Amino acid sequence: MSIWEYANPRKFLQTSERVMPVLWVSSGLLMAVGLIWGFFFTPDDYRQGSTVKIIFLHVPAALMAINAWFMMLVASLIWVIRRHHVSALAAKAAAPVGIVMTLIALATGAIWGQPMWGTWWAWDPRLTSFLVLFLFYLGYISLWEAIEDPDTAADLTSILCLVGTVFAVLSRYAVNFWNQGLHQGASLSLDEKENVADAFSNPLYVCMVGFGLFFVAMVFYRTGTEIRARRIKALMARERQEA
Amino acid sequence: MRDLRLAVRAGGGFGLGLAFFLIVTVMVPFSVGPESDLLSRIAPGVLWLGALLSCLLSLDRLLALDWEDGSLDLLATAPLPLEAVVTIKALAHWITTGLPLVLAAPFLGVLLNLPLEGFKWVVISLLLGTPALSVIGTFGAALTVGLKRGGLLLSLLVMPLYVPTLIFGAEAARRGAMNMGVETPLLMLAGISAGVIALMPFASAAVLRINLR
Repeated sequence: MSIWEYANPRKFLQTSERVMPVLWVSSGLLMAVGLIWGFFFTPDDYRQGSTVKIIFLHVPAALMAINAWFMMLVASLIWVIRRHHVSALAAKAAAPVGIVMTLIALATGAIWGQPMWGTWWAWDPRLTSFLVLFLFYLGYISLWEAIEDPDTAADLTSILCLVGTVFAVLSRYAVNFWNQGLHQGASLSLDEKENVADAFSNPLYVCMVGFGLFFVAMVFYRTGTEIRARRIKALMARERQEA
Repeated sequence: MRDLRLAVRAGGGFGLGLAFFLIVTVMVPFSVGPESDLLSRIAPGVLWLGALLSCLLSLDRLLALDWEDGSLDLLATAPLPLEAVVTIKALAHWITTGLPLVLAAPFLGVLLNLPLEGFKWVVISLLLGTPALSVIGTFGAALTVGLKRGGLLLSLLVMPLYVPTLIFGAEAARRGAMNMGVETPLLMLAGISAGVIALMPFASAAVLRINLR
């Protein structure tokens, strides 16, 4: 029993279909609980008022936007090294979810920034590097769309993902150097004193887990769709040959 | 060598990048107004952006012609490793596009009222940065070489990769023009160029191999 068994599409589909209902329900529940708890049962911040509550959307979305790219990186590496088709398809399936998460983070950030900083957008390092991440997603998805042969597309996009990761990290540091920040530091970290207060952090954890499970469920679902689309294509090709 | 000769003789590609650089620089005062203070403040950034766009413009010709007439297949089967081939391609692109841009930048700087101290640093930063633009661009060109309408996609793919180079390059030029310390951004720029020249050909060659399969 090893993780590579799931490289077999049938095995992957079987397992993911058994797990998916659990994932959907639990992620839905967690997100609902976390968001409702966050929006209605936390106190207003003494400086920010009720606008602070957008954190329950903003932080989990931003977290998943980065983790989705990281997952694509791992899946691309698996494809390049071991050539399991499921892995390449999972990377393809994750990209649109990741770009939506990036958009949510950017949009909620703008809505939050308007009352707090007095501006929708500032060329702050964090904001800017997120915008760059958005551009990387855009390029990655367009490259998938542009190439017809699926294996070539998988190869090229995975190399783009690897190279893009290096440049995304480089851009992060370049952007840091280029402008001083307006954005606060990390909301949650283990070694810092100035974290979000406990009243906010508990529903925030719930939301983050909920978003994470939602992402996994989405990727399973979309990967299953991709596998089936690939199968249909293969079946139609075979039929054409026999006819 | 062959690339160089072809590029010079074909004329179009060689002058086109320069002409584009000129036209972008000329358009800027029309769009932001002719105040010399404003122009001299944004001049380093505009020159960098213009150079970057001119570089981008010439990328799709970099490998496409060789792809169409099949000489890329010959180059791939030649005893020379493909990594060396793409490095030479990038070098040829730099000599025909990057170097003329570097040489033209001071003259266009006059048009933008670039401060006197700025000339040296704009040229130095472009000299250090344009090789990186060529090498990264070669990767983009290799990615999109098989595609019919690769031009726009190429820009979309390459632009985000240009971000660090542009930031450090333009920052070095800007600081130079304002008489501030330029060491840090200049060193970072040189580091990016060196790293990219060393590593990027492997990625470009890998991508090209996939496309030639």
